[in-house]
Amino acid sequence: MRKQLGVDPIACTGHGLCAELLPELVTLDEWGYPILSDRPVPRGLEREARRAVTDCPALALKLGRAS
Amino acid sequence: MNGITGSTALWYASRATGVVSLLLLTAVVLLGVLVNRQGRLPGLPKFVVTGLHRSISLLSVAFVAVHVITAIADPYVSIRLAAAVIPFTSAYQTFWLGLGAVSLDLIAALIVTSLARAYISRRIWRGVHWLAYAAWPVALAHSIGSSTDMQRGVLLWMAIACTLAVAGAVLWRAARAARDVPRAERAAVTLAQVTAQPRSRPPRGGTPGSGRSSNPAYPAGPARPASPVRPPTDRIKEADLR
Amino acid sequence: MTYATAAPNLARTTVQPRIQPPPGGANGLPRLLPRQGAVPVDLRTHRERHGSPPYRGSSGRLIRVLQESGLTGRGGAAFPVHRKLAAVIEAGTKPIVIGNGAEGEPASDKDKALLWISPHLVLDGLQLAAEAVGSRAVGLYLHRNSRLQDRLRAALAERAAAGIDRAPVEIIDAPPRFLAGEESALASRADGGPALPRFKQPRVFERGVAGRPTLVQNVETLAHLALIARYGPGWFRSLGSAEEPGSMLCTVHQTDGTKDVVEAALGTPLWNLVDLEDSTAGGSGGSSPRANTAQAVLVGGYHGAWLPAWQAAQMTLSNASLRPTGGFVGAGVVVALPADRCGVAEAARVTRYLALESAGQCGPCFNGLPRIATVLDELAGSRPDPGALAAIRRWAGLVEGRGACHHPDGTVRFVRSALHVFAEEIDLHERGRCSARAVRPFLPLPADAPTTEADWS
Repeated sequence: MRKQLGVDPIACTGHGLCAELLPELVTLDEWGYPILSDRPVPRGLEREARRAVTDCPALALKLGRAS
Repeated sequence: MNGITGSTALWYASRATGVVSLLLLTAVVLLGVLVNRQGRLPGLPKFVVTGLHRSISLLSVAFVAVHVITAIADPYVSIRLAAAVIPFTSAYQTFWLGLGAVSLDLIAALIVTSLARAYISRRIWRGVHWLAYAAWPVALAHSIGSSTDMQRGVLLWMAIACTLAVAGAVLWRAARAARDVPRAERAAVTLAQVTAQPRSRPPRGGTPGSGRSSNPAYPAGPARPASPVRPPTDRIKEADLR
Repeated sequence: MTYATAAPNLARTTVQPRIQPPPGGANGLPRLLPRQGAVPVDLRTHRERHGSPPYRGSSGRLIRVLQESGLTGRGGAAFPVHRKLAAVIEAGTKPIVIGNGAEGEPASDKDKALLWISPHLVLDGLQLAAEAVGSRAVGLYLHRNSRLQDRLRAALAERAAAGIDRAPVEIIDAPPRFLAGEESALASRADGGPALPRFKQPRVFERGVAGRPTLVQNVETLAHLALIARYGPGWFRSLGSAEEPGSMLCTVHQTDGTKDVVEAALGTPLWNLVDLEDSTAGGSGGSSPRANTAQAVLVGGYHGAWLPAWQAAQMTLSNASLRPTGGFVGAGVVVALPADRCGVAEAARVTRYLALESAGQCGPCFNGLPRIATVLDELAGSRPDPGALAAIRRWAGLVEGRGACHHPDGTVRFVRSALHVFAEEIDLHERGRCSARAVRPFLPLPADAPTTEADWS
């Protein structure tokens, strides 16, 4: 079951760790906030994705079921 | 208690690990402030700051554990295990050891909630994490009060240096937080700022999925024009309690 | 005329027999508002006309009727009402029902008018919805307009005296914010906090106020519900189309500045609502058009979309007609912009307002909307920077879908449609000219911007 990245935009304060840890799926806009890829997380990146979720200082990054 | 003239290896071990624990905890607090203000260690990506904050806090748990266990195991003074976690129940140095127990309890709460971070509410995690600002000074007081070694010489200077570092970091954090724009004013402040400035040019950043940046240590960030005017890409910082 | 109110009959599942013919004249209208003018309807008149609220005696019965009627929300999102009620029931116990009367849209007056003139329809609907989901905790969310709140309190007192309300209704204050009526902002306010939108998980119908499943319905939706419960789905569907049945209240702004709240069947042609005469020629650049001719029509309010007047003349008040052009019916705001105004300047004023009404919670929103507003303001001026349009388009793409609520999305819809419809005007500006003959603002906006935390509570 594939997962998808999501972000709570209210909790997100633009730390930017997600883009450092997961550049294949996350880039930062010109204000430092994450733009998430809307494709499901590839199996090979699932571990990195989970790490990005745990490492987010604001606990804003989320990993949910791909719709 | 007399000075350095030793009794057993356990005694030395407890003292030594205590000193190292204090240094590590100081580093954890400084790194925590840095994470909160979204700072970075020069030349390193931001995930290093959070990574170090976490690794050093776990390392300090190990050192604190050894510090406590060796103190309990040491036959020279009788400290029961219970006294290490229940404050002010030790016969030996009731007050100063009691502070150590308080600090240990607070650190335990911090570690447990942080390990379980993904499963508890953000508000609970933050509330407990604020206790770090209580845990550290209590640990410092415990160190100085329970050991005359720390009351003079090199160790005293070390304690003073740690105190200055933490105090400086806390004051820096408070000063920066005072300059943060309150939520209700963010849109208005942004509007005022951008009205006064030339329009920003398109950033260097790419689209999602465009592949790894050429140097993973230096991911593409917001464009920073060289003019002395505050760059239009500067964003309003959030006073994140972390 | 007096009659005995029939007690709710637990055995029956059909609608109670009509006491009087359903409302509406020869064309079926008006339904929600009384035939003559804006005279407020008191409880006695209301009961003479419609009878007492037809309670069904248990929760859930009303839902099938609502499903057959095809009633959708009249607050802007047009979500099927029966599905919302069913979702709240499924979400758990002790649900809360709140009627949303906080019409934050400056161009919309229909909820205020409805609450002022026919409060008992709304309050009936509130009670019936509460019964349908099994709730005893009911609230009515209103802006801090003391006259309107007094009127509602008086209406509630009348009903309490007559004993027709099953659940007591608490009036909840809404701050005068554009986003105050947003569902999660409402829930946050009802919880005692500021009216700030919240992250969508969990949804308000699952865990809203006090962690309980919360049903939020626009007051006009509740009024329709109250009538459907009496007169049945067939009656409701006698107006409108099969996919978009029924009628709705619209706030229409004519080119001469007059404003009216009218009730129209869904699918009504727009030219029936606003004067679009002389607009079929196409374009507005001709030699001195009459000042009162419409050059463009804004449908759906400040999160809606602009249409050139000639195109609006061919469209109807329905999502089927408006969606293909990127618009939507929304809360029924229809504004005809006179030809003597500058459409770009009007759009820029509104966008600035929308930017300042950002809750300031999500980075893309409070960073992007002010920038869009500033550059749109440049476009409204003389000889704007050549990169202005591209910058707006880039930021619009950046903020869309990246906020916790739909404020950035709605603003982008408004701005994009303005750039499209007023493209000729923008061309003129780039050459240092403007086709406007009048400078006074046309689109209504409130005077003061929010600046402190207290402005959101």
